[in-house]
Amino acid sequence: MEVIRAPSQILSASASLVDPAHPAVVQLCADLIATMRVSPGCVGLAAPQVGVAAQAFCVDVSAHPKARTSHGLLVLLNAEIVEASRNEKGREGCMSVPDLTGDVKRATKITVAGQLPLNGERVLITTDAFEARALQHEIDHCKGMLFLDRVIGAHALYARKVYLGPGGTEES
Amino acid sequence: MTSLAITVVGHDRPGIIAQAAEVLSHCGMNLEDSSMTLLRGHFAMTLICAGDADSAEVEAALEPLVNGSLDVTVREVPEEPDLPPLGSSYLVTVHGADRLGIVARLAGVIAEAGGNITDLSTRLSGTLYVLVAEVDLPRSADVVALQARLTEVSADLGVDTTMRLLENDQL
Repeated sequence: MEVIRAPSQILSASASLVDPAHPAVVQLCADLIATMRVSPGCVGLAAPQVGVAAQAFCVDVSAHPKARTSHGLLVLLNAEIVEASRNEKGREGCMSVPDLTGDVKRATKITVAGQLPLNGERVLITTDAFEARALQHEIDHCKGMLFLDRVIGAHALYARKVYLGPGGTEES
Repeated sequence: MTSLAITVVGHDRPGIIAQAAEVLSHCGMNLEDSSMTLLRGHFAMTLICAGDADSAEVEAALEPLVNGSLDVTVREVPEEPDLPPLGSSYLVTVHGADRLGIVARLAGVIAEAGGNITDLSTRLSGTLYVLVAEVDLPRSADVVALQARLTEVSADLGVDTTMRLLENDQL
């Protein structure tokens, strides 16, 4: 699927809750995973980024050098942060904002509640460091927020210096 | 003792700051605060220096730096006291499709509310325009009303604006 780039109103829309068992939702999850897999350096992708205002995203930080705890491929629906602490500054990028990176403060210890596709099983994911950052970044997409909304200061936005390939970024 | 505000803008090349600083040092001017960045590939620097040389002297000494590719201005400025902040610091971030008037209108909203922008950066990246501003708001300011007005004007401009309290740098 094509990844939408800012500026776009679709990226600012608040996404709706989804029915995990609905065939369209299951297909959306498969499409998100497939799109993430073919995008070099992409560690996460949210439905709004492919034009669907749904609370669905996938994350996989297992291959990333900055990851500490990793749950491998995560696909979460209707996710929300239930606990967050230990804020730290870190540099983020996004496939929807390919030419910029920015310093953003995120919790480095979080617990996220969400549902799995198909059976809608409720899960609680506790994680840290880079995976925590990635989850917060994707949950933000589902709230219509970009990392641009969270940069920490007037000099915390940068032109991207590392390119991992067409459309490739260190985070989605 | 004079304080001079100097700006240097133009074609970027290695050595501009080294040469400018050498000239100022030679004139006995102490380089105090400065800010330099590349704006769309152009060199842009502003600095304050203090010493006994006057603006005419320094301007003449900086003439070789110009080299047909830089604009230099030298102005005498009075010493400004370090004013305490008006109230609380907020960070305003804006992003959206580039168009005329984004900075003018949103900065206007902030000024109407009595806010003072203390740091600003804007960047045009393709068709995406991004603005990040640190704003000092007086204690008397109606923060909720300002946020509502920013939202209203942003909707009209077709951009997304967030305003949030800046954390104190408690270490």
